[in-house]
Amino acid sequence: MSAVGHELSHDHAHDHHHKETFVTKYLFSMDHKMIAKQFLITGIFMGIIGIVMSLLFRMQIAWPEESFGIFKFLLGDKMAPGGVMKNDAYLALVTIHGTIMVFFVLTAGLSGTFSNLLIPLQIGARDMASGFMNMLSYWLFFIACVIMISSLFVESGPASAGWTIYPPLSAVPQAIPGSGTGMTLWLVSMAIFIVQSTMGSLNYIVTVLNLRTKGMTMTRLPLTIWTLWVTAIIGVVSFPVLFAAALLLVFDRSFGTSFFLSDIFIAGEVLHYQGGSPVLFEHLFWFLGHPEVYIVILPAMGLVSEILATNSRKPIFGYRAMITSVLAIAFLSTIVWGHHMFVSGMNPFLGSVFTFTTLLIAIPSAVKAFNWITTIWKGNLQMNPAMLFSIGFVSTFITGGLTGIVLGDSTLDINVHDTYFVIAHFHLVMGISALYGMFAGIYHWFPKMYGKMMNKNLGYVHFWVTAISAYGVFFPMHFIGLAGLPRRYYTNSAFPLFDEMVNVNIVITVFALVGAAFQLVFLWNFFYSIFYGKKATQNPWRSTTLEWTTPVEHIHGNWPGEIPEVHRWPYDYSKPGHDDDFVMQHVPMKPGEEQLHH
Amino acid sequence: MISLLILVVVVLLGVAIWQLTKIFDLTQIGNSNASQDASEVANEKDNNIQGYLMFGFLAFIYVFTIYSCIAWGHFPLLSDAASEHGATVDNLMIITFVIIGLVQILTQGLLHYFAFASRGIKGRKAFYFADNDRLEFMWTIIPVIVLAGLILYGLYGWTNIMFVDEEEDVMYVEVYAKQFGWEVRYAGEDNVLGKANIRFIEGVNTTGVDMSDPNAADDIPASELHLPVGKKVVFKIRSQDVLHSVYMPHFRAQMNAVPGMVTQFAFTPITTTEQMRENRDIVNKVANINKLRAEKSAATGVALDPYVFDYLVLCNKICGASHYNMQMKVVVETEAEFKAWLKGQKSLKTAIAAATEKPADAEVAQPETAAPAQDAPVVVLDSTAVVAQIVK
Repeated sequence: MSAVGHELSHDHAHDHHHKETFVTKYLFSMDHKMIAKQFLITGIFMGIIGIVMSLLFRMQIAWPEESFGIFKFLLGDKMAPGGVMKNDAYLALVTIHGTIMVFFVLTAGLSGTFSNLLIPLQIGARDMASGFMNMLSYWLFFIACVIMISSLFVESGPASAGWTIYPPLSAVPQAIPGSGTGMTLWLVSMAIFIVQSTMGSLNYIVTVLNLRTKGMTMTRLPLTIWTLWVTAIIGVVSFPVLFAAALLLVFDRSFGTSFFLSDIFIAGEVLHYQGGSPVLFEHLFWFLGHPEVYIVILPAMGLVSEILATNSRKPIFGYRAMITSVLAIAFLSTIVWGHHMFVSGMNPFLGSVFTFTTLLIAIPSAVKAFNWITTIWKGNLQMNPAMLFSIGFVSTFITGGLTGIVLGDSTLDINVHDTYFVIAHFHLVMGISALYGMFAGIYHWFPKMYGKMMNKNLGYVHFWVTAISAYGVFFPMHFIGLAGLPRRYYTNSAFPLFDEMVNVNIVITVFALVGAAFQLVFLWNFFYSIFYGKKATQNPWRSTTLEWTTPVEHIHGNWPGEIPEVHRWPYDYSKPGHDDDFVMQHVPMKPGEEQLHH
Repeated sequence: MISLLILVVVVLLGVAIWQLTKIFDLTQIGNSNASQDASEVANEKDNNIQGYLMFGFLAFIYVFTIYSCIAWGHFPLLSDAASEHGATVDNLMIITFVIIGLVQILTQGLLHYFAFASRGIKGRKAFYFADNDRLEFMWTIIPVIVLAGLILYGLYGWTNIMFVDEEEDVMYVEVYAKQFGWEVRYAGEDNVLGKANIRFIEGVNTTGVDMSDPNAADDIPASELHLPVGKKVVFKIRSQDVLHSVYMPHFRAQMNAVPGMVTQFAFTPITTTEQMRENRDIVNKVANINKLRAEKSAATGVALDPYVFDYLVLCNKICGASHYNMQMKVVVETEAEFKAWLKGQKSLKTAIAAATEKPADAEVAQPETAAPAQDAPVVVLDSTAVVAQIVK
């Protein structure tokens, strides 16, 4: 702590450097750029775990109850006796895969990384409003990761009630072994996660509102900042609700209350619970759970908007419409949670209301998609790996988003609810899309983070194999979902009805294995480039935003001298009247130059 | 064998990646004097190649979509619904798919075509096009109109399906879920289900019916769901332990079973099991499945029963280790067949009386209240046995 006190006692004066030890520079750093890297690397590490888990259960579905050496090696004798995966091990894998990917990779790994990196740099601030809280936020995230991983090793197995942890399955250990210690650790980990997320979000909101440099009005903010800021607001509004739900679930599990439980007869005895309702938990869970998908996708949208404009050498089309649609999505996202519960037993009238609000979200989403397409129209596209992932993002966002019109319609949801159709939908629209956004962000801002360039050819290989595999994995799932195949089935062989789909499942799994294997190309490229990559120039993509005015070598306080003043919006690419095809934000307007956008 | 294959593939991929990096490193040595290449920023050659690849990827999406529809297009349950409201669901589903299919083809086409057509050329300037109110208004208003139509149709369908007219002549049936099996209770002559709570579970009264309720006197338990064709059935759904979901895909029906609460779903079956077995699509499906099963039997040496079509209830909400195998057969038959079958079932009252007459049995039954949960897989096996019997 003395190191922390030492740091705090300094103001952010950049002109006098104090000596940093290994601990203050790499571990308990309060510099937003270092914290961003910490979030990123932790997120990548968790991502590897999450993806490997998905491969394991995909192998089980494709070749049910087959013995694999890798199962024996990774899962051990208890979860995979003789190398054959057990059914509760399967459920544990899907549960932890979902939890890790949604929260630890696509929430903390994506928004944690890029909010920290970009907010101060792009708004022209020397650091976050509270560097200490920022550091605390990362370390709480780290603790949450450690607890989540340690839950994999407890005697009764990790949580296995699905990532949505619906009680009573998650509350009563008699129902499934994973609802013992594993579930307790899951809840503790998530509670800590929520605390870190709230700390981070508050910091982002305050920083954007208060620390913008001179001239950086709200309508001159890059779209990345807009989305990251709105994401933080949604997080602050909705995450605490999950915290409350988790807390009440802890009470039900450990202190005998009945918030979510009633009339349960299990393992031959009547439990004492009376008067609670699992549907209440579903409401509380999805009040976070649905905004959560926008917490995941909005930052990706922001990163992609920025990268598309930069690499198209063209202003983002409809800047104000983009902001309006982000705000509309944010607002609507908090009033649509019930579309996850059409067949939960809630009043069907609510189903009608939620169908209405849900389908409304398609409107701002459509506006965004059309605006992105128009942005690349008649551009001068620089096909950097980040650009490929951004185009890929728009592609998967459309494919996945369109099936949302099916699922959001209560009448249609009846028959596809909780089937593979849902898996296909949300993996494309938020899983793959958000991952693409994250990859795009990493390729684009790697020079800013590490002062080095990533190898572009490896980036191309990475993108194309990933793009084909992603469609190969998730597109066929629409068909088996429409055929009525429920999700979270350990094997489909119990129903002769589903025998037809065996071959499709093998196709999916092979695509998944190939796609995952090529993520090694990315990992290699990432870690190799950190140490041996080519040195980056100050503004390699010829971008307009402020982060590219900072020196390549990181310094505390970001700018060696004065913070540049902003004179224009961030999308003056190929503006008529300028020789260069980009004008940076801090360049003053020429005499007689007019603003050509509104 | 398969694991060996995978191992080989992974090793080959590893080698391929290693080779690729070496090749890239080598090419960069040659190009090192060209500053453009050393910078790892896309040059004109990259733009060109990647632009063509974008076009190629568009072809991939289209071809893959067409291939999927041909190869797997017969899986989806998009027609031949076995319930009255099913036609509404299927219609709306088809309309929605046509719309989103068109939008998908169009937008993916535009996106990838633009990516190809606008690929960067050195020295060219992009078209400065920051906003256009008319365009933006257009693609706001078109989705609004289309969605308004879909919402209205959807709400119309939903209201018809979910709000049951209690005045109508309906039949009440209870579907009872537990780890990992189903039970059914018919309301009997009075068409009123007796009150129930899991605290009344005792011996053969496995669903906890309150026998002091006069309405319970004629209730009839069963382990298979039989339904008369053409009669509206209101399902009263209960669960004794965790959440389950009563999923009957052929009837376009689904509702969660929630402990501590009675949920409801209603539909009118319009096609008997026998009729459905003669449906052309189902005949093809069954033939295809049996071909696959025969192949599998030949390959593994384990004889699999041939598959005969039956309606099913599946559990569609994660409920524990054996969630993947929680099924019950549904038989839709003519009114007469249904009545005859129901007559053959013992009422709960008689079953309890029979159990208490033999006190020795009752004593055994008492401590074994846990039995149902453990016996569940056996129930499931039974239904396969039934299938086997029909085959014989």
